[in-house]
Amino acid sequence: MSTTHSTALRPRLLGRATVNAVVAICVLYTLLPVLWLLLAATKSRDALFGSSILSFSDFSLVSNVKDLFAMDGGLYARWYGNSLLYAVLGAALGALISVACGYAFDKYDFRHKEKLFGLVLAAVMVPQTVLALPLYLIASETGAVNTFWSVFVPVLFNPFGVYLGRIFAQGYVPNEVLEAARVDGAGELTTYLRVSLRMLGPGLVTVFLFQLTAIWNNFFLPMVMLSDQHLYPVSLGLYQWNSQASVSPEYYPVVITGSLLAVLPLILAFVLLQRFWRSGLTAGAVK
Amino acid sequence: MTATTHAVSAQAAPPQAADRVRRAARRSAERRRNAAAGVLMTPFFLLLALVFLVPVGTAVWLSFFSADEPGLGFGPERTVFVGLRSYAAVVTDPTFLSGLGTVALYCVIYIPLMVIGSLALALLLDSGVVRLRSWAQLGLFLPHAVPGIIAALIWLYLYTPGISPVIEALGKADITVDFLGLHTTLPSIVNIALWSNLGYNMVVFYAALQAVPREVLEASVVDGAGPVRTALQVKAPLVRSSIVMVAMFTLIWALQLFTEPMLLHQSSQMINTRFSPSMYIYDAAFSRNNYSLAAAASVILLVITIAVSYGVTRWTDRVDSVKENAR
Repeated sequence: MSTTHSTALRPRLLGRATVNAVVAICVLYTLLPVLWLLLAATKSRDALFGSSILSFSDFSLVSNVKDLFAMDGGLYARWYGNSLLYAVLGAALGALISVACGYAFDKYDFRHKEKLFGLVLAAVMVPQTVLALPLYLIASETGAVNTFWSVFVPVLFNPFGVYLGRIFAQGYVPNEVLEAARVDGAGELTTYLRVSLRMLGPGLVTVFLFQLTAIWNNFFLPMVMLSDQHLYPVSLGLYQWNSQASVSPEYYPVVITGSLLAVLPLILAFVLLQRFWRSGLTAGAVK
Repeated sequence: MTATTHAVSAQAAPPQAADRVRRAARRSAERRRNAAAGVLMTPFFLLLALVFLVPVGTAVWLSFFSADEPGLGFGPERTVFVGLRSYAAVVTDPTFLSGLGTVALYCVIYIPLMVIGSLALALLLDSGVVRLRSWAQLGLFLPHAVPGIIAALIWLYLYTPGISPVIEALGKADITVDFLGLHTTLPSIVNIALWSNLGYNMVVFYAALQAVPREVLEASVVDGAGPVRTALQVKAPLVRSSIVMVAMFTLIWALQLFTEPMLLHQSSQMINTRFSPSMYIYDAAFSRNNYSLAAAASVILLVITIAVSYGVTRWTDRVDSVKENAR
């Protein structure tokens, strides 16, 4: 008995070590490029090309940040503000709109309900690049092209949020609660605002976070819509600066430091709101 | 109003009228609910019309018309119906076809790597032997918080000789790799996409695995299945719906390939402005100002996306029903 026990134990220990090693390598793969960005942001231009990435003889993070905000008349701060405006405001409003719609899909019966929902799901599948040209043409017809609205209005549209909203409404808001509110004579919309929306809180945060990431990442739409640099989000601004870097290398440290600062808000949002998006992913994955 | 008249008549003929009152009340409740549903859904469907239906319609319309300049380009521009001419121009354009081929190859390399890699990681994390599990998860998930364009920027620098510590380290081992060479650009792009999304999909799978009932796993242990067999033959089939979902979204995103090659194009001669269908559309619309060509290419990309997603759903449904029959 004891011999079979020990032979069974040894491969298990070996397996345990292998599993941990594989996971550790994968974690290094995902972490090291971010670490490189962090270290590279502390290097001056000469050190970036010249010295080893791990040497700290020349620590110029502070001067890099100063350069970043001084470059091209302080455009970066402008871009950062724009990104925050597009992403935070857009995600908040977009999440409210999609979750309300998803809730209505779950709680109410009406004609052609599943056909309409099918349309929503179809919209999830449509590539953004397909919509960009017609959106641009519509925007230029209405004079909205190259304005804040030309980027802000399209990013509000989040069909996947409707899908999640329906799942969340099913999971978080029991129908008995609505029945009880109806018996008490409360109006449907009052019930939604006072009772259901509160129960949908975690789901709403999840949809908000998904959309925040998507808008912060958005690059194609602003590139098509905007020509005024002062309206650019960070992503497009960095893209443009990077295209100038091959000609004028003083842009390299600025692009790197700018990238590092642009990553921070999302990391912060994900760490602070961890509890919510984890539950949200479960809902999205299991159903 | 109707409710009160019914209430008056209810006193005259009690049994029938009570019924009628109830029906009227139900009807008015239904009307109130429909109104509420309408209010809750209107903002979304306005957006849907404005930024989805109208643009898709516009793209289809544009693809059948073209700006024509009569009289050797001296006369005023007219829009004329050209039928399928733009479509013919797109599908016979070798640069479009090569872009399509590039994306097909990209999908063939990227999607299996992504699905198998993230599922394997999730299974490893779910096996219970990994130390510091939540830290490992957070580390793997981190790239999801890095915007696509910045992920591409980081890797572009890591691919650039002179800046990249990776190339330097390889150089010390006498290995020279040109990450942006003729045969390496596509794998380099796959790597960027894999890096960005591996952790996210791992978390999706992990969440699904957590929902597998523990009794099922206990039963498989009782049956004598080892951890590897449990993972591959019990757990993996139970999260099939998540696998299909991840594969589907990965596919839809992969077909839109744009951000990474667009950025690498700034530094690599190997990536031209029509590297992928999305870049082709951008180039046709905004560099060449050929709207009908861009619209036709957009519609073709849309049809391919829908056809492929539909195909995947049908195929998985059929595999499901075959399995059901086999049981």
